[in-house]
Amino acid sequence: MRGREGWINGALAAALLIVPLALHLAGEVYYVNLASRVVIVALAAVGLNLALGYGGMVSFGHAAFFGIGGYVAGISAHHAILGTSFLGLSTTTEMPLIWLISVLLAGVVALAIGAISLRTKGVYFIMITLAFAQMLYYFAISFPAYGGEDGLPIYVRNTFPGLNTFDPITFYGICVVALFACLFLTARIMGSRFGAALDMAHLSETRLATAGIAPFNIRLTAFVISAMMTALAGALFADLNGFVSPSMMSWHRSGEIMVIVILGGVGRLWGPVAGAIAFVLLETFLGGLTERWGLFLGLILLGTVLFARGGIMGLIAGKARHD
Amino acid sequence: MPLSLIIEQALNGLQLGVTLFLMASGLTLVFGVMGLINLAHGSLYMVGAFVTAWVSASVGSFWIGLGAGIMAAAAVGALVEVAVIRRLYARDHLDQVLATFALILIFSEGTRWLFGSQPLWLDVPDLLSGAVTLPGGSPYPVFRLAIIAMGALVALGLYLMISRTRLGMRIRAGEADREMIGALGVDIATLYTLVFALGAALAGLAGAMVGALQSVQVGMGEPVLILAFVVIVIGGIGSVKGALIGAILVGVTDTMGRILLPSAFGLFMDASSATAVGSALASMLIYLLMALVLALKPQGLFPVHARA
Amino acid sequence: MTEVLRITGLAKSFGALKATDDVSLTLNAGEIHALIGPNGAGKSTLIGQIAGWIVPDAGTITLEGADITGLSVAARAKAGLGRTFQVSTLAMDRTARQNVRIAAQARAGSSFRFWGQVAQDQGLRDAVDQVLGDVQMLDQADTPIAELSHGARRRVEVACALALEPKLLLLDEPMAGLGQDGTQEMTALLARLKSRIPILLVEHDMDAVFALAGRISVLVNGAVIASGPPDVIRTDPAVRTAYLGED
Repeated sequence: MRGREGWINGALAAALLIVPLALHLAGEVYYVNLASRVVIVALAAVGLNLALGYGGMVSFGHAAFFGIGGYVAGISAHHAILGTSFLGLSTTTEMPLIWLISVLLAGVVALAIGAISLRTKGVYFIMITLAFAQMLYYFAISFPAYGGEDGLPIYVRNTFPGLNTFDPITFYGICVVALFACLFLTARIMGSRFGAALDMAHLSETRLATAGIAPFNIRLTAFVISAMMTALAGALFADLNGFVSPSMMSWHRSGEIMVIVILGGVGRLWGPVAGAIAFVLLETFLGGLTERWGLFLGLILLGTVLFARGGIMGLIAGKARHD
Repeated sequence: MPLSLIIEQALNGLQLGVTLFLMASGLTLVFGVMGLINLAHGSLYMVGAFVTAWVSASVGSFWIGLGAGIMAAAAVGALVEVAVIRRLYARDHLDQVLATFALILIFSEGTRWLFGSQPLWLDVPDLLSGAVTLPGGSPYPVFRLAIIAMGALVALGLYLMISRTRLGMRIRAGEADREMIGALGVDIATLYTLVFALGAALAGLAGAMVGALQSVQVGMGEPVLILAFVVIVIGGIGSVKGALIGAILVGVTDTMGRILLPSAFGLFMDASSATAVGSALASMLIYLLMALVLALKPQGLFPVHARA
Repeated sequence: MTEVLRITGLAKSFGALKATDDVSLTLNAGEIHALIGPNGAGKSTLIGQIAGWIVPDAGTITLEGADITGLSVAARAKAGLGRTFQVSTLAMDRTARQNVRIAAQARAGSSFRFWGQVAQDQGLRDAVDQVLGDVQMLDQADTPIAELSHGARRRVEVACALALEPKLLLLDEPMAGLGQDGTQEMTALLARLKSRIPILLVEHDMDAVFALAGRISVLVNGAVIASGPPDVIRTDPAVRTAYLGED
């Protein structure tokens, strides 16, 4: 970590470790759960940041992957609790297995969506990813077996071997470990050969192809990894709320994840974390003060896009460094 | 399945297609001429519907309300273009998406603030409130036929405007080469505002017409907006002709799929699962159509020119 | 003499315009073969087909005997075709080293490696230093491209191509916009390189072309109207008529 950005990243990490613990000790269960929400939303945005920030792929459909993670957790718990089977398979309430399935399923779906969408560029890519997410959204709404429009409750939180996942601070711990793991993974990937190729696919596709590396394969792989991280966040989100519904896949959700990435600072490792903290806190406290919080969020977002393009990290840490 | 039902649904599909065309033509013009992707287009649709409903109720005339709705949408469009949108032309698509997403939030909340959270209701004008009898004997509302006819008129009008008028010539020049129209001495800023307001007026018209079929409420523009995106992706972004053909294709596919697929599945499934699977698949049908078109023609059916 | 590149009967039309009209040419080991022609003669279209951006209507391209006509841009690069562009394609806010390193890592194997860090990869570092040394850019290796002079950028482009350890170089107007000193440096660089790697050189600067090339082919209206050593081309009446505008 270098310079001011390194200090900010360190401060964010310390805050994520200390503040919820202090809230827990003070008995503020509501705020511990709010912290879990921040961390999960940040994780979803860390996933999108790999595609959008580092890879330059403006995906407007990442809510689809968020929702896939959520529905895997929800459907799995639904069957396990009722003692029924899913297509003849018995299901689980073990989080690690649910995460694995979420991530793999999202990966397969992202492979299909990406393989079609990445044949196009620019505004086509934006609209097509949006449209595919909408397709899954309407599928979730019109498929009645899992609640359709009303969603699907998870009556009992899924379990983790050796941990009491009902305990808010323990659940927070699980979430924050997942976030740190994905941040570390992103840092490793971006420092690797693959990351260098992804960076070049973003900055100069021609140069990458001329070097003998097919940009399409690099982009598609990054898109899939990005979707997988967002799906993991979705699975955690379902457990946090004890509920999944099609709204997890709505295009507003896709927009929100994108807004968090931008608000924090595009293509900065800890940008999504800063963005998620700002977003959830604004949502919670402005939402508490006024019913019209959407209006203020809109104005803040408009101001950020027009006047502060580097987001929070850009404002505090200056221009991104690449070495 | 009775013939009259199929005809009825085909007409409904056509009517949806026409509504989508009104939305998609504005989107595609704005993209073709200014290179801008505008998510807030659905908000202009909403503005048209709300103003029409409110003025109609206050004055007691649908037609005055409709005129007010279209003019309000155009005026709000022009205002937004001058205040925000024109700062975005030089930006990348990501910035455009975010800024116009912000506009949606502002519009939705602003509308809720002005008109309240309750939906408004807009009555079909007396002149168009009857029904005609379709071959096969079932009645069909005249108003829906009127929407189809109006869409055909707008398509014709747009065609004539773009191919025959000075404004149309400038629009075509702008699509071909943005620097060139500047060199020709055309006032680009005014041209852009006009094009944006035109697109807004069409969206407002669509909103007003659909508002008379459904309720007028915040967020009503968003599902239509996303369908309109599918339309212009299928048709080729920037092409008005592509928007027309894509819109009809999407409208008819969606409507017919919803009625035909469940009965098709009913042939080899029990009725309740056929309805479930059929309607779930029907809701995905137009997106599958889009995927198919893109797999064959990544630039859409009527590619305009390579502008990413 | 070993033949490295052979182009046979290449043709490409855009509508009624024959941009490439039955072009055949070869490039041998150890030589610079220059391709000249007036603007609009079809040089860019020809290069596009050799590099893989444009699909020819007819004809074949072979690289050391292997047919590469149907390969993608990336596959051709992997097969040993290194090239530079008329307009720079370097990533402007990355350093010279980062730009060259992409080519070096492509040469060094798969880019689907997610764990090892490129910054600590000594093998890559050595490979990058080697080619940056070749083009005399070692002292500015860690400068962002945006802060480099035009001439320095041109040399980084060449270094990127060299890092592929290519079987041939396809250089698209490497002297363009360089000025006198820059042109001289580039000419000297190409003269040093040619014994190692044969070069197909598209260039407008006639002094450089006649100083460097062993063979020159003249392209007019998509077709090769003359091909041979510089002395022959200089005095060829058809060339003087069509290209130099004399009669």
